[in-house]
Amino acid sequence: MLSSFVFCLVLVAATYFFTKNITKIIHNIKLGKSIEVTGSSTARWKNVFLLAFGQSKMFRNIPMACLHFIIYAGFIIINIEILEIIIDGIFGTHRVFLQVLPINIYNIFINIFEFLACGVTLACIVFLIRRIIIKVPRVTHPDLKGFPQKDAIYILLTEIILMSLFLTMNATDLILNPNLGINFFISGKLSEIFIPFSPFTLEMIERTCWWLHIIGILAFLNYLPYSKHLHILFAFPNAYYAPLEKHYGLANMPHIQNEVKYAMEPNLMPPEVSSETKPEKFGAKDVFDLNWKMLLDAYSCTECGRCTAACPANITGKKLSPRKIMMATRDRLQDVGKNIAQNKVFVNDNKQLLGDYISVEELRACTTCNACVTECPVSISPLNIIIEMRRALILEDGNAPKEWNSMFANIESNFAPWKLSIDDRDKWIQNVN
Amino acid sequence: MSQQIKVFSNMPSENIEVLFWVGCAGSFDQRAQKITLAFTKILQAININFAILGKEELCTGDPARRAGNEFLFQMQAYQTINILKQYQFERIVTTCPHCFNVFKNEYPAIGGNYTVLHHTEFLQELFLNGKLKIKSDSSSQGTYTYHDSCYLGRINGVYEAPRALLEQLQIELKELKRCKSKGLCCGAGGAQMFKEDEPGLKRINAERAQDIIDAEVDHVVTACPFCATMIQDGLVATNPNKNYDVLDIAEIIAQKI
Repeated sequence: MLSSFVFCLVLVAATYFFTKNITKIIHNIKLGKSIEVTGSSTARWKNVFLLAFGQSKMFRNIPMACLHFIIYAGFIIINIEILEIIIDGIFGTHRVFLQVLPINIYNIFINIFEFLACGVTLACIVFLIRRIIIKVPRVTHPDLKGFPQKDAIYILLTEIILMSLFLTMNATDLILNPNLGINFFISGKLSEIFIPFSPFTLEMIERTCWWLHIIGILAFLNYLPYSKHLHILFAFPNAYYAPLEKHYGLANMPHIQNEVKYAMEPNLMPPEVSSETKPEKFGAKDVFDLNWKMLLDAYSCTECGRCTAACPANITGKKLSPRKIMMATRDRLQDVGKNIAQNKVFVNDNKQLLGDYISVEELRACTTCNACVTECPVSISPLNIIIEMRRALILEDGNAPKEWNSMFANIESNFAPWKLSIDDRDKWIQNVN
Repeated sequence: MSQQIKVFSNMPSENIEVLFWVGCAGSFDQRAQKITLAFTKILQAININFAILGKEELCTGDPARRAGNEFLFQMQAYQTINILKQYQFERIVTTCPHCFNVFKNEYPAIGGNYTVLHHTEFLQELFLNGKLKIKSDSSSQGTYTYHDSCYLGRINGVYEAPRALLEQLQIELKELKRCKSKGLCCGAGGAQMFKEDEPGLKRINAERAQDIIDAEVDHVVTACPFCATMIQDGLVATNPNKNYDVLDIAEIIAQKI
């Protein structure tokens, strides 16, 4: 049958392009430095269930968490319906699950999907109102100027359209096929609008909705790699690779640790110095210097801005925005990926993350207060990237504000950040009474 | 001087219960010295065997590390760990959340493993085991709020110890709009204390001061010497007409024993 053939063609093309683009992204992530994944996988899976499936951190803001949960549940559960649509599309059947499921069960399922579809539509409308009418600062922040803001609106509109197509398809089908025994509450109400229509018109509407719905979903899938919406997939691996320790310090730099140790105790230096590989660079100037978890973080970011709304620097009008750190990292990584795709290997483009995508001023404004890390619902750490870049500024470029240079000098000579004598360190004892 | 303060270098072989890590702010900064003196008064009052490193103490390297100067941090870490190796002590107690965090979360990777408590945790323990008793007539006047230090709260999860202490002191707490894990930084962390702010609309401590002004309280309790300074400065700049008391928990307790 022609329609089956066309459907299979569309499905194969959609799967092919999606796989190709996701593979590109995975290649890009692998450009990052390797890190060891330690700790029990049980604990990691627990994070996947709590943070990704359970969205536990979303519930720091309960109303938003509820609306988001409806869209998320809709997304996951309505996928069962997509399975039916795909089987129908390939084999030219109609509502194939009716042949394997008792009619009552089928009706219950579809009714649940329809209620979710309404919930998703309502939640999307609320989100659109927040962006367009109320202009909630977090989602209308200057970080999102241009494509990012449009991206969000495209996603919300697409979801509303997909849900409407699904409901209209069901509504017309109810009139067209009364003998199937299907009984849906919401589309049942909606079908009243369609009663005056001729069977031919109804068939046309039903088929159009069916095709647009599935093509829409496949197009949406292929839009993900270009969009902030990729988080619906990447939140899961990102939760798995999230740090397991509840409290953790900044990453150690073992090479510098050893350098200090051997300088102080030369007898400890191994005879074969060359056995130790000196890192090319200390800290990060470009995406190649970040580790792959940091790059996965960049692709997992959905630009919600909870980090930026909690950032003391951003709140007080400084240039730093943790969300922008993640967006800039992804932008750079995308540009690097394109460069490699064109030239087989990376060809110097006279650009780098540090300076061209993220300014020194932004990096300098961070108080390392960890609010951004705490707020992120999908376990992203903008702070890790900021610290790595601050390290490159100091260790590679010797670029520090003069007050910091004085602070460093004081620590070196007086063992305190201020220019005060070592002998005065215990002077306070004189005031003990 | 009613009691001599023990210094490790004078008694290298003695086993000390508490190493009081004073920190650079606590040693040199005039405001923070008061916190050091208050905490010392408490340590003396409970008759615990404690000592300080005195002139041997040095910066843990925290501001250097956060500024990006890992080399200097490693130098400090190496020296600190080596000094601590020479002495016997059961645990480290510090009044500075930044020092506390480095000992707790960052030195272990470099080979420095210690039992370290922030003074709020230590003081709570003293209350719980009955070693610390406050005067029964010591009522507190005015209303209080507590400002969470990032390095104590968000980064190390110590939210309850300071609050439990205030409850012990029968101080009713009025929480700030942004508190606990949502607390707003005072602006000092990440080596910001040691440089001018980047260009912006206002200082972070002014933003935080506004939270305190909005809460309509008379006193602010802190648990970090840097927060104490930043919050005091922020309040003076934002609301010069009102005189707020910004006090470390140790200072409040020291007044009541």
